[in-house]
Amino acid sequence: MKTWRKHLGLVVSLGFVLLLALYPIVTGRDINRETTFTILMSIALASSLNILLGYSGYVSFGHVVFFGLGGYVGMYFLSVHGWPLWSALLAGGLASGILAFLLGKAILRLRGAYFALATIGINEAMKAFINNFQPFGGPIGMSLNFSVYNDYGGAAKALWLTFYILVAVTLITVTVSYLVRTSRFGLGLLAIREDEDAAEIMGVVAPNTKTWAYVLSAVFPGIIGALFFFKNINIEPGPAFRLHVSIEMIVMVMLGGQGTVLGPLLGASGYQAMRGYLLTSPVFKDIQLAIAGSLLLIIVLFVPAGVVGWVRNRFPATRRVLQ
Amino acid sequence: MDILAFLVDGLLIGFVYGLAAMGLTLIWGVMNVINLAHGPIIALGMFGVYLTFSSFGLHPYLALILVAVAGLLFGMLVYGVAISRVIDAPHLSSLLATFAVNMIIIGLATAQFSTTPRNVDISLGSLSIGPVTVLGTRVVAAVGAMLTTGALYLFLYRTRQGRYIRAVSNNRSAAELMGVPSSRILALSFGIGTMLAAVSGGLIATFFPFTVLSGGTYELKSFVIGVLGGLGNPIGALAGGLVLGMLEGVIPFFTSTAFVPVIEFVLFVVILLVRPQGLFGAKQ
Amino acid sequence: MILQVDHISKNFGGLQALNDVTFDLPEGQILGLIGPNGAGKTTLFNVVNGVYPASAGNVSFRGEDVTHNKTYEMAHAGLARTHQIVRPLNELSVIDNVMVGACFGRHSHGLGEARKIAGEVLNFVSLGDRAEQLAGSLNVGQKKRLELARALASQPYLLFLDEVLAGLNPSEIAGMVDIVKQIRERDITIIMIEHVMHAVMNVSDRIIVLDYGRLIAEGTPEEIANNPKVIEAYLGDPKLAESLMSEEA
Repeated sequence: MKTWRKHLGLVVSLGFVLLLALYPIVTGRDINRETTFTILMSIALASSLNILLGYSGYVSFGHVVFFGLGGYVGMYFLSVHGWPLWSALLAGGLASGILAFLLGKAILRLRGAYFALATIGINEAMKAFINNFQPFGGPIGMSLNFSVYNDYGGAAKALWLTFYILVAVTLITVTVSYLVRTSRFGLGLLAIREDEDAAEIMGVVAPNTKTWAYVLSAVFPGIIGALFFFKNINIEPGPAFRLHVSIEMIVMVMLGGQGTVLGPLLGASGYQAMRGYLLTSPVFKDIQLAIAGSLLLIIVLFVPAGVVGWVRNRFPATRRVLQ
Repeated sequence: MDILAFLVDGLLIGFVYGLAAMGLTLIWGVMNVINLAHGPIIALGMFGVYLTFSSFGLHPYLALILVAVAGLLFGMLVYGVAISRVIDAPHLSSLLATFAVNMIIIGLATAQFSTTPRNVDISLGSLSIGPVTVLGTRVVAAVGAMLTTGALYLFLYRTRQGRYIRAVSNNRSAAELMGVPSSRILALSFGIGTMLAAVSGGLIATFFPFTVLSGGTYELKSFVIGVLGGLGNPIGALAGGLVLGMLEGVIPFFTSTAFVPVIEFVLFVVILLVRPQGLFGAKQ
Repeated sequence: MILQVDHISKNFGGLQALNDVTFDLPEGQILGLIGPNGAGKTTLFNVVNGVYPASAGNVSFRGEDVTHNKTYEMAHAGLARTHQIVRPLNELSVIDNVMVGACFGRHSHGLGEARKIAGEVLNFVSLGDRAEQLAGSLNVGQKKRLELARALASQPYLLFLDEVLAGLNPSEIAGMVDIVKQIRERDITIIMIEHVMHAVMNVSDRIIVLDYGRLIAEGTPEEIANNPKVIEAYLGDPKLAESLMSEEA
């Protein structure tokens, strides 16, 4: 009982994810599963980004590059080499982790806006490169043969399998996010966020700390990318490296509250709920992007700490629960 | 011989790229804000020229004046609404604020104009300079860019407002202490930056087809150029634009055109890493 | 000798901030570092600390050459410092701030151990009851004590204090001077940059004086107060020096 109470923040966050996951499991309907899939994917992506953005303060505008690369590597091993799903997912995650490690060594030396621009540059370069990379299908991309699903009991079963895997990955991502935040490593990251030079003077080895945060924040999008495109059957350079996906990730993190564990969860759910509503409403369908932009502007101008951050500041008693 | 033609062509386009990048770099230099709405504003400039031409028959080169004024006013509006509150906040805030404006503009524009490509149908024939033949529109665009640069230079160095802008760019608090109305100057600077973007969009519209989303490509080029030339350095931006224009003209000779964006972005990242102050020195 | 600064020079482009500075520091001493504004005192801290690389010269810390060390390497070696303009980690709580010092300082403590150390240090500087407050919400005097607590929590051998008394009122100054004396009793060597003359003269065992990047004098407080070069650099008026020395601490 004592551990349960000590880690209330984690329990609340995991409980939230499980509740969401239970909804389609209980109702057994495909449409609910699809909606929840999108929400869970956003939660996992936002939580991963938060490890870098929220905890260290480094804003990765081009984070979608890890999602896309994971997708491509996963699809490559699935379609060309016929690997089982598990290995392909791990390969996707590993590839993204390695990219983050190498990139991190290079670009984490840049501060603020320069780092953000560099991440955009990386994404665009990767997209342009893969567009010309024949082993990955060039501009046409890659497709899975539909029969691949037979290995998993047929298409319907495979879709449910991907859903369960996503639930597991989301739970793991949220847990890792929590563990980082409450660890000595996380304290170093937060110190870097507040004042990187002062943190180094206090002994935080910033270059290594930032690199590992970057790697952690990249591995999960890599796995999720591989999973998503397995489900999607098809991958192409444009959709895989859509810059707006990274920006949406940032919006979700900021909406919920950067630097908290629960924030990205609420932000992702809220954002997806709003998006779902807008896309199905005849009035707002076309200007969905404009509304998302207005929302982002309002958050940035008036509520920069996000929903969770605002509540924590206003009601300090909630800090234990809203971690 | 062919390569010379491509080089010259690239150079001419490079002037326009430089103009666009100048808008971005001016805003960066004066207020340390990277305007992620730069692309959509270029697109708005394109549409401004297109609409006045197709609806009112106004000649594009005249329409540019309207576009310039509209760009200026629009920029000042955006500054007041979105940027003024976050100008002293951490960089992330202004990046996100300008990106939010980007999303709003794209969202509304896509709804209004959809993504069908548009074209401004004017032709000025071609011009032969020695062994090289170039399109008239390109030459006029380059000249337009040069004139605008010249006007900007005169403004910054020969008028009081221009001096204020340079003062604020150099040291805002010191300028304020000397009585410079900094928030008005910041709004003006932002407006000039967007004006340059809009005008460059209008010029591009005279020789390339475009859609609502075209601004994005030029925005990315502006980043590359801005970093190449040194962020905050308008002359550097012009020079960087010429370099990029020529590179774009010449690269297809050596490898597939498709690799142009790869090379641009690798260059971008390499400069950020190796010489972040750019080839010509950034504002400190 | 805990610290040996050997012919250290530092220039920034054309500006010579430090010029051939040499001195030794025995363990357990309180060394006062004084000089007019712009003399290079904080620059000296920054060079030894690893914030700036030296343009010439060497620094030895506890027998090891640390001239090219990075700032975090110096922290691990046992050097801690406070800043002239305080740098609290604003969005973190007071105790989290101090825990950073404890976790990443001379020893790599875990969070539990760090929290204990932090608690003890906070009580030492009388900030114990503000442990859960956000660092950004403290007033200047409290932030200075927080900065000091953070430095102490890293369990340093040598502590650099950069104008730790600036901006404090007389009773706060007395309190801080007391803390400094207690720190020395814990066997921590101290170099303090100060402008509050009566305090630094009364607390220091020895004083060195910088002017325009050069070390112009070295000695006991009495010797320094009567040193004509020092008086000339600082004040230009011997009578003023006399009256300052006789001010009550």
